[in-house]
Amino acid sequence: MPVPIELRAVSHAYKTDSGPLPVLRDLNIKMAEGSFTAVVGPSGCGKSTLTRLIAGLMRPDEGQVWLGGEIVTSPRATVGMAFQNPVLLEWRSILQNVMLPLEIVKNKLSKSQREDRARQLLALVGLEGFEDKRPSELSGGMRQRASLCRSIVHRPQVLILDEPFGALDAFTREDLWQTMHDLRSEEPFTCLLITHDLRESVFLADEVVVLSGRPATAQYKLTVDLGDNRKIDDLYTAKAVDMLATLRHQIEVAQGRAPAEAAE
Amino acid sequence: MKIFRKIAVPILAILIFLALWEWLVWFNNWPNYKMASPSDLWPAFWRFRWLFLEYGWQTLWRTVAGLGLAVVVGTLIGMVMGFSRTVREGLYPLLVGFNAIPKATVVPVIALIFVGQHDMNTILIAFMISFFPIAVSVSIGLSTLEPEYRDILRSLGASQFIVFWKIALPKTLPEFFGALKVAVTLAFIGTNLMEIVEPHGKGLGHLFDSGKINADYPLMFAVLIALAVLGILLFYIVVALEKVFAGWAERTAH
Repeated sequence: MPVPIELRAVSHAYKTDSGPLPVLRDLNIKMAEGSFTAVVGPSGCGKSTLTRLIAGLMRPDEGQVWLGGEIVTSPRATVGMAFQNPVLLEWRSILQNVMLPLEIVKNKLSKSQREDRARQLLALVGLEGFEDKRPSELSGGMRQRASLCRSIVHRPQVLILDEPFGALDAFTREDLWQTMHDLRSEEPFTCLLITHDLRESVFLADEVVVLSGRPATAQYKLTVDLGDNRKIDDLYTAKAVDMLATLRHQIEVAQGRAPAEAAE
Repeated sequence: MKIFRKIAVPILAILIFLALWEWLVWFNNWPNYKMASPSDLWPAFWRFRWLFLEYGWQTLWRTVAGLGLAVVVGTLIGMVMGFSRTVREGLYPLLVGFNAIPKATVVPVIALIFVGQHDMNTILIAFMISFFPIAVSVSIGLSTLEPEYRDILRSLGASQFIVFWKIALPKTLPEFFGALKVAVTLAFIGTNLMEIVEPHGKGLGHLFDSGKINADYPLMFAVLIALAVLGILLFYIVVALEKVFAGWAERTAH
């Protein structure tokens, strides 16, 4: 069984007027089929660059990105993406927005099958009855739910989430974490989540990767063994609190605000 | 109530405007060579009613033709400028410079391209004066497209054309119609500039010119009113098109 996503010794630099700006250095990440990996790190450490590399929107200067046993050289239909900005198209209804990827990706679905698929996903995230609304008629949390539906409507192997809950208020965010768990139990996908929120990473992921400051490399990896059926309360158990403390310390190390040797 | 506000209120505003105008002329006892009053206009209209229809039509169709040309060329220029930074930076000074030239000075030059009473001269001026806002708004609409919008389709392997067709084009429509509303009135100015400055016996501009030559001041005012009516007509046609194609951008007020 090939590993769905693997980054092998990936290095990347942006060309700027004052010379190359290295953002990623010798980054190695492996994600097993169906796993959920969260990537955290200081701001500006190249997390979004990582998503664009995996999506095939950019190619790394050095190293390779492997996806399903092949090296990624260009975008592919087996990837789904969602961002902090839900980027829904205002001139389409919610249902048509969710169906957008099915218009691009080659599939054998008829029009009514596509519609059924989209309706079923919308019901799963609690947007039943909002199919014909315009995005502007929905709240921020609802828009983000619709955006999540769009990112998985074509059954991607890999789902890339770039801080999708970052702009939401705390309560809505926790609601959406629960929705993510519900979606995951219904839809098989391997997920990479970029986030600033340590609680979010512990609540959602099987493994948390802490990136160092720029140029970023995998500084620390934490396996989250909180089981499958997590509830928000699980974040307040001693085990979770320990994990959060470890992660917080690692972030401080990455920011250069704490010495590395005190890490363990 | 809604229909009342949309139709009755504007008509009432026009009537009040006409009444004030009439009163102003009457109160100051102005002769009609200083300022014609609305009551002088109707006889002028009626006397030349067939000329108004014929010339009005000439002005209208040439304005629409110039505007159509401006839409096509302006959109194309806006597209290449929107997609390529190099083209944008290269073309901007040229476009701004071109736009800064008073079109009245271009009229005699253009009049030599299609010598004589050629419709194309007029259409060209209407086009030249009105394509700029369209090109600028389309290019801004395309170049300010957030990268995420591109990425949701690009990450699925969609071509540049699909991204343009499904996202960039519809997203630019509100800006496009905003510019088109400006362009409509500009195109009218262009058409009449040609008709008045370079008389060639066609259009409402020519009627205005003959009013001037014959010292028929009510006729001159009547032409101005006719032009305003045509301008309003075209403007609302654009508003109707906007409702159909970009109605989604309008926030409904609850």
